[in-house]
Amino acid sequence: MNTIAETRAKSLLYLDGVSVSFDGFKALNSLSFVVEPGELRAIIGPNGAGKTTMMDIITGKTRPDTGTVLFEDTVDLTKKDEADIAQLGIGRKFQKPTVFESHTVWDNLELALNRLRGVFATLFYKLSPEDKARIEEILETIRMTHRKDELAANLSHGQKQWLEIGMLLAQEPKLLLVDEPVAGMTDAETAETAVLLKEIAKTRSVVVVEHDMGFIRELGVKVTCLAEGSVLAEGSIDFVSNDPKVIENYLGR
Amino acid sequence: MITGFILRALDGKIIVAIAILLGVAILVPALNLLTPPDSAFHIPTYAMALMGKYLCYALLALALDLVWGYCGILSLGHGAFFALGGYAMGMYLMRQIGSRGVYGNPELPDFMVFLNWQELPWFWHGFDMFWFAMLMVLVVPGLLAFVFGWFAFRSRVNGVYLSIITQAMTYALMLAFFRNDMGFGGNNGLTDYKDILGFSVQADGTRAVLFAMSAVMLALCLLIASGIVRSKFGKVLVGVRDAESRVRFLGFRVEHIKLFTFVVSAMMAGIAGALFVPQVGIINPGEFAPANSIEVVVWTAVGGRGTLIGPIIGAVLVNSGKSFFTGAFPEFWLYALGGLFIAVTLFLPKGIVGTIQHGFSSRKAMKAAREAEKGRDAQTPMAQAAE
Repeated sequence: MNTIAETRAKSLLYLDGVSVSFDGFKALNSLSFVVEPGELRAIIGPNGAGKTTMMDIITGKTRPDTGTVLFEDTVDLTKKDEADIAQLGIGRKFQKPTVFESHTVWDNLELALNRLRGVFATLFYKLSPEDKARIEEILETIRMTHRKDELAANLSHGQKQWLEIGMLLAQEPKLLLVDEPVAGMTDAETAETAVLLKEIAKTRSVVVVEHDMGFIRELGVKVTCLAEGSVLAEGSIDFVSNDPKVIENYLGR
Repeated sequence: MITGFILRALDGKIIVAIAILLGVAILVPALNLLTPPDSAFHIPTYAMALMGKYLCYALLALALDLVWGYCGILSLGHGAFFALGGYAMGMYLMRQIGSRGVYGNPELPDFMVFLNWQELPWFWHGFDMFWFAMLMVLVVPGLLAFVFGWFAFRSRVNGVYLSIITQAMTYALMLAFFRNDMGFGGNNGLTDYKDILGFSVQADGTRAVLFAMSAVMLALCLLIASGIVRSKFGKVLVGVRDAESRVRFLGFRVEHIKLFTFVVSAMMAGIAGALFVPQVGIINPGEFAPANSIEVVVWTAVGGRGTLIGPIIGAVLVNSGKSFFTGAFPEFWLYALGGLFIAVTLFLPKGIVGTIQHGFSSRKAMKAAREAEKGRDAQTPMAQAAE
């Protein structure tokens, strides 16, 4: 028997009955949702389904009106702010690539590195050989070693997306939230991004919000479809895309 | 740790700037004191005092650049920190007058005797000691910045709203200091100083030392500011300026970062004010005027914000222009200042130093692009994917 308590104890991220409304508009309506350790999960849904609001709640940007949000079964995320939650090990990629444009690719990664983040620790920080090796490793993963001294402002859109994913890796999160990583990418870039995300998901949990059905098919993972602030269907891509409610609400006939 | 901080601070341009400032600190007083008045090299005392004033303004502009140019906090109230540092120094200088005042009261400054006060208000105690007054030069602006920043940054007040409340802060302080019963000399402020550490403030030697101190303190603060912006902390600072939410989601406490920078900057502004007051001989509530703080923004913008050296150059240039214009064509100065600000915003949005640097780096970038063009490698992911 898979009881609720067991599910909760096993989960990395646990949302139960989360609701939030903005000026009367219910952005999330009793949303429940579980991510297990090491899971790669895709989330789809029409505009206004609450995908981004859900991420805002998990990362502490928005407080829910009601509901439970637990990380590793013990930490109540609704009581923490963005910096706390990031330090707990939840990384977030924005919809629009957000990197530090006036810094080089290298500096972007150095800032993201999971090290002491206090005022004085950063004031007197010196790049150690381990940190250097780690940054080089990440540059390799996101295939940007040859552009490490380039200003981030000069990167293409796709490269900025990758750099941001690299920054999240540097943060060494246990859970990675990725909002529309392939929006505006070419087909070739999209395919590479799918490979990259699958690689990342080997060592940590990843939640991907995406509109691109081809991309989700390529990921080949469990899909959750949101609509009007709650879960509509959950399962494999074929199961979800054949669900009549999903077709009605999202895919269209 | 500290050596690493200082070594990083000393990048090429900063070394040159510090060397020039230290050179000026020696040369100008030497030319003032050691050359005869009829020599072509002689620098008259009034000119030295004027240049000393510019150096204090330059330090104030540097302080503003740290918060505005690097952290993106446009403070329109930095004149308040400058004035508070100035008042702390002014209070020390008032206590040094002793019984030489018009009313000859050994304890109370003249304006208090005039108001029929019987004893020194509590907040004037301790200011007869130089070390205490110097401590207050740092502590009072620093504390105000801390309290103000604590509330503003925690509630995430940003952009124009923050600028407006900094402006309101300095305006409120101005109104408060204009009141006689505040105990800071009201309208007239604090003046008629006699001596500092036992030396007459009018003597050429004292003025030379004050000038040299202004240049040395500017050099020191430049070194500290450079160390800050070139450290990892400085990179985070620029991150806050360009993409605040990204910094937050990376796990940094943005409010702590802003607060630290704001307090350091306020203390630098306080030092500038403290050096300014003995050189001009007066501090009054007019220093809190919002227009003063806005002028500092103009100097910084003209010189180039986010460059550290730019604001120093901007402050010296604009104030030299002001001295010239107010002497030669007094009625045109305000038009010239307004025109200058419009011209800089339109034609040099990066300021003087920023434009020069940008010119250099865009030439370098073009060269790098040409090199890259030649050896276009197949290892770019784009090219790889396209195959």
